[in-house]
Amino acid sequence: MTTVDDRTAAAPRRKGPARGARRSRLTDEHGRRVAPWELVVRYLLLVAVLALTVGPFVWQLSTSLKGPTEDIFSTPPKFLPSHPTLHNYSRVSGTIPVWNYAFNSLKVAVANVVTNCLGAALAGYAIARLRYRGRRLLTLVFIVAMLVPVEGIVIAQFQTMRSLGLNNTLLGVVLPGCVGAMNILLMRNAFLHLPQEVDEAAIVDGANAWQRFTRIALPSVKGTLAVVAIFAFMGSWDDFLWPLIVLSDSSKFTLTIGLNYLHGTFADDQRLVAAGTIIAVVPLIVLFACLQRFFFRGVGEGAVKG
Amino acid sequence: MSSPTARPATAAGPVAGAGAGREAGARPASGRRFGSRPPGGRSAAPRARRHLPSTPWLFAAPGLVIVCAFVLYPFVSTLVDSFTDRRALVAGHWVGLANFTEMLHDDAFWIGLRNSALYMVVVVPALVVLPLLLALLVHKKIPGIGFFRSAFYTPVVASIVVVGLIWVWMLDDRGLINSVLEAVGIGKVGFLSDQWLLLLSAMFVTVWKGLGYYMIIYLSALANVPRELHEAASVDGAGAFRRFLTVTVPAVRSTMVLVGALSSVAAFKVFSEVYVMAGPKGGPAGEDTTLVMLVERTGTGLTGRVGYASAISVVVFVITLGLMLLVLRADRKEDA
Repeated sequence: MTTVDDRTAAAPRRKGPARGARRSRLTDEHGRRVAPWELVVRYLLLVAVLALTVGPFVWQLSTSLKGPTEDIFSTPPKFLPSHPTLHNYSRVSGTIPVWNYAFNSLKVAVANVVTNCLGAALAGYAIARLRYRGRRLLTLVFIVAMLVPVEGIVIAQFQTMRSLGLNNTLLGVVLPGCVGAMNILLMRNAFLHLPQEVDEAAIVDGANAWQRFTRIALPSVKGTLAVVAIFAFMGSWDDFLWPLIVLSDSSKFTLTIGLNYLHGTFADDQRLVAAGTIIAVVPLIVLFACLQRFFFRGVGEGAVKG
Repeated sequence: MSSPTARPATAAGPVAGAGAGREAGARPASGRRFGSRPPGGRSAAPRARRHLPSTPWLFAAPGLVIVCAFVLYPFVSTLVDSFTDRRALVAGHWVGLANFTEMLHDDAFWIGLRNSALYMVVVVPALVVLPLLLALLVHKKIPGIGFFRSAFYTPVVASIVVVGLIWVWMLDDRGLINSVLEAVGIGKVGFLSDQWLLLLSAMFVTVWKGLGYYMIIYLSALANVPRELHEAASVDGAGAFRRFLTVTVPAVRSTMVLVGALSSVAAFKVFSEVYVMAGPKGGPAGEDTTLVMLVERTGTGLTGRVGYASAISVVVFVITLGLMLLVLRADRKEDA
């Protein structure tokens, strides 16, 4: 507590010479000046939350880089590995086929992205832009499907997969979520916002439904399509319950199932588990870092319209 | 004017072919778009020409097939199976309400229901309030705020298994938290060995992972709060806390209801966090099993009791649906 007070008091004094410049620069989005003490408190809080949200990832990374001779249980804890090594990463691939699992996850995720983008765009277009008897019924079907909780139907889904002979296959992992009702409704909303006049003009020009879809509608909803793609990728890469139920053969595991297996079998080897989790999480953090504006858009849209 | 003659030409020829041809045909059409369309255009291009009757169904077919085969059919079959004694490899017989009466005497069911309900009671208030505070913290656009927003979102991106394993190591008897607690003289806490602390730790992980997600939802709601309200309130002498209660909270109330609905449904269906942290059995004697874990354990495997698992699933449906209706109704009442 005292340190916080000290710093709030000290900060403006320390920045003495630059004070005038700061004052004019640091304004909020309404052009009002932010008081220096408020700024310091804000940054202190931000750093504290940062430590809480990102700290555990950093600790895991640090653990994964500590060699076999280094004490990972030391009190007080050591945050930086004294001799960073990739030894644990090669060990984890010797223990479980982690790269195969990652490849399986990648296959499932890419398939999910492709099928969701195509299927959701097509169906969304059908319920947003085409006129026919049964359109409202069709929309209702997708809304009902969106409200069905996946956790409640996994057993029946598994029975369905078994009767199709697709249990314990990657195709079986992909199929149930390969065209999400939620994504269809997201695409529908995007298509509904396009002006009707453009469609009318294209009809006058003789464009058929497919041409209007591919040349006019689809290029106008790229943003929503990107959101669908990203959330399909993330949802499938991170999925746990369904692959856990449908996959039984350890050679077909996805990364999340493989990690859970690694933890269950080698729970005491913290360095090994840490290396495995880092392998699983790095691709998504990279994806997120590159495409974050779509992530944030997707959350907003999904929340308002879901 | 010229449009009646131009239309058949563009409609018949170039459109069906290459894109270049269509663009050439589109140019004379642009003048006509607003000119003669209302009287002549619509009647001359009859409804039937928009698309064939089967076209919409072809468009919707992939989505419709998947949704019907893997969502709606399993949903209906879950409802039906809940009244049978179906097993994984054995067809079932109609048993009426036997599964549901069995549930009443099944300790595992009551433990699961208790844990799922507890989960909701603890997690939902935290996920309604904390992300709002976090959103207020990152709302003001000070330098570097974009970095903090993204960083706070990182746990959302990571898979629940990764997050669970990270915290298993953090909360381990010899992990980071316990060595800090020991260093400051509090001593070790058995976060992962005591059944209640274990459940509480899983709840903490759920909240930790959800913070960033709901923060973004609140952030877009905060953007719509009129600045004038805050200014008027501070002119009237209201402090920051007072303004939070009298200006911010009423303005984002509908978002709070939405977050409450989303998080309560998600919390009641909790599976992965507890499965990863407490193990497949939900603790040594299964004291930390949740309802969905019970469904998974009962219904899978070669001897899985599909009928009974379906009956438990039906309870999950009814409660989640009831929760949603309850929250939405509470919202409407407050509006009136």
